[in-house]
Amino acid sequence: MSEHTTASDLDAAQDNTVETDTQQQSRENVFPSETAKTTTMSMQAALNLALSETLEDNPKTVIFGEDVGKLGGVFRITDGLQTKFGADRVFDTPLAESGILGMSVGLAMAGFHPIPEVQFDGFAYPAINQIVCQIGRMNYRSRGTMPMPITLRVPSFGGIRAPEHHGESLEALFAHVPGLKVVSPSSPHEAYHLLKHSATRPDPVIFMEPKSRYWQKGEVDLKNAGSVEGSKVVRPGKHLTLVAWGAMVARCLQVAELAAEDGIEIEVLDLRWLKPIDAGGLAASVAKTRRAVVVHEAPRTSGLGAEVAALISEQCFGTLKAPVERITGFDVPYPSGDLEDEYIPNIDRILFGIQRVLEYRRG
Amino acid sequence: MVFNAPTQHPSLTEDELRELYRLLVTVRHLDTSAIAWQRQGLIPGYAPEFGQEAAQVGSGYAVDPTLDFVFPTYREMGVARAMGVDMVEYMSTHKATWHGGLYNPAETHLAPIQAVVAGSVLHAVGWAHGQTLSGLPLEQRGVALTYFGDGASSQGDVHEAMNFAAVMKAPVVFFSQNNGWAISVPTESQVAGGSVAARAAGYGMESVRIDGNDVEAVVRATRQAIDHARAGHGPVVIEAMTYRRGPHSTSDDPGRYRTLEDERSDGGEDPVTRLRTRLLDAGIIDEAFIAESLEAAKAEEESIRNGVVALEPRPGNEMFDFVFQEPTQALKAQAAAWREESEHV
Repeated sequence: MSEHTTASDLDAAQDNTVETDTQQQSRENVFPSETAKTTTMSMQAALNLALSETLEDNPKTVIFGEDVGKLGGVFRITDGLQTKFGADRVFDTPLAESGILGMSVGLAMAGFHPIPEVQFDGFAYPAINQIVCQIGRMNYRSRGTMPMPITLRVPSFGGIRAPEHHGESLEALFAHVPGLKVVSPSSPHEAYHLLKHSATRPDPVIFMEPKSRYWQKGEVDLKNAGSVEGSKVVRPGKHLTLVAWGAMVARCLQVAELAAEDGIEIEVLDLRWLKPIDAGGLAASVAKTRRAVVVHEAPRTSGLGAEVAALISEQCFGTLKAPVERITGFDVPYPSGDLEDEYIPNIDRILFGIQRVLEYRRG
Repeated sequence: MVFNAPTQHPSLTEDELRELYRLLVTVRHLDTSAIAWQRQGLIPGYAPEFGQEAAQVGSGYAVDPTLDFVFPTYREMGVARAMGVDMVEYMSTHKATWHGGLYNPAETHLAPIQAVVAGSVLHAVGWAHGQTLSGLPLEQRGVALTYFGDGASSQGDVHEAMNFAAVMKAPVVFFSQNNGWAISVPTESQVAGGSVAARAAGYGMESVRIDGNDVEAVVRATRQAIDHARAGHGPVVIEAMTYRRGPHSTSDDPGRYRTLEDERSDGGEDPVTRLRTRLLDAGIIDEAFIAESLEAAKAEEESIRNGVVALEPRPGNEMFDFVFQEPTQALKAQAAAWREESEHV
């Protein structure tokens, strides 16, 4: 797969993914009836609906990137939007990520709300200068007179057996940059509401979509977002807090389910915002469970797990029963599809980590 | 189609020429003084434009600051002055008071000063495409004028910007000041093919190479390019051939890469004396006007200098205030801790 990835390539990639529905199923319910309070839809459909409503609500929003127009994006997140809103609002750009992000800066200066797409996470690298030096700093440099209300959508993380550069975990890199906010949804409900929320904020948000979850269905309450800020307890428990975000939330919920069979009640905290991190939410959960394991796909060294562990230590040092454990990817380039399962934290590795924390005794 | 700017746009009026002469003298005087300010310790650093006054003043003069938007790098003081930007606020960036300057970019239509050359070339394309999307009548749309040098033209962002602009027919004027040097590297070792304007052909874009030391030629070419872009005909590249007569910055030692003799011979005719001679010969100005222009420039420099001396460091809290429109709790906590632990308040 190259930057010219086709839909059939991705279909093939998704076929290799154990947890995904078929694309055919996921295309149902793209535009559910407006009276329905909750509806079942895939994350792809939820994101598509959120974008459609955002374009409708704010005439200053524009969507652009590689193949987002006629094709509807290689993941079909922008499917049908050009037909509905026209080629001025949803348009294809030349294949150049720095160009896409640099153009976003100029459009924001001109009063627009750009929602650019970088086709795959690994292609954000060629745009790092524009993201870090420009998007992250223009509000500062202009003393607040040139806000950057840019929502950069980045299909993120691994799990779809994609080739090199089509699966990366860049959250620590983005979260480290002053002036950027970073969020990752874990479910269709979160995807719908967090994207709608991000696209109305006056500051730049890096929106990291877990591509392995695009075709997973879930309940979306269209009317009631719940809180769109901070973290969220997605499963309550009392023995240990599992902290995760994006695609890892579903895996942690599976782990919690298995642990419950042994009588271990695990609380799963969906961090959601990777910047700003909800320090209060972390403290509240860990103060209750007194043990924490943080799970992420990104390499371990200087990953966000270190930040999470530090925040927990600062706030809960006295009550912790064990050091905060990190279950992460390794300090290697994101491996190719055949090695992905060895790299991405799996159920066994997370369970071993939980066991180490539960059995920890002070020396 | 050949874009033959200098001969197509009307000649300048005598009033315009006199105004341009005043601007050139003002900018020359301020630029020379800023180097002195640095030597005196008033400002930590400055990027001189000695020799590029005609390219800068002429192009800035052609801009309509109520409609158009200019995207500078860090060496466009003459453009800023020609656009009427407050020079104390402009110089604040060289006093290390605030990145990007204290002037209001939204009001002045001069984007913040920046050092990542070529970064802002893409911003110009985005802003210009926004004009297309605005749906306003053509004559009410702005044109983006973006500055970059022969050195910056090597950056990928310039190529992406030209390609984007040409594909989208964005109203952008790519104003390249080819001043002969990218710090120590001469154009022949920097620009393959030796010409920035020649690249436009590859993007199917109009271009023109002009004598950047002839202020009248610069004004006419820039006006024509802006007219062309505003009329919806797409982007234009102007390559203004000029020469950076001084150092790259006040930290640079040009003696390590060229001799004074090279500088004199390669620099050609000084753009300021050149206009003076032409206007004197044509009887448009006289010695009294010249003396009066210099006195006005000195008075302006004095007033700007006083303003720069009076510039205090910004309150420390501003370090936190402008990161976000909606600051995070973590940042608020850091600001509060700073206030508590700092002696500055």
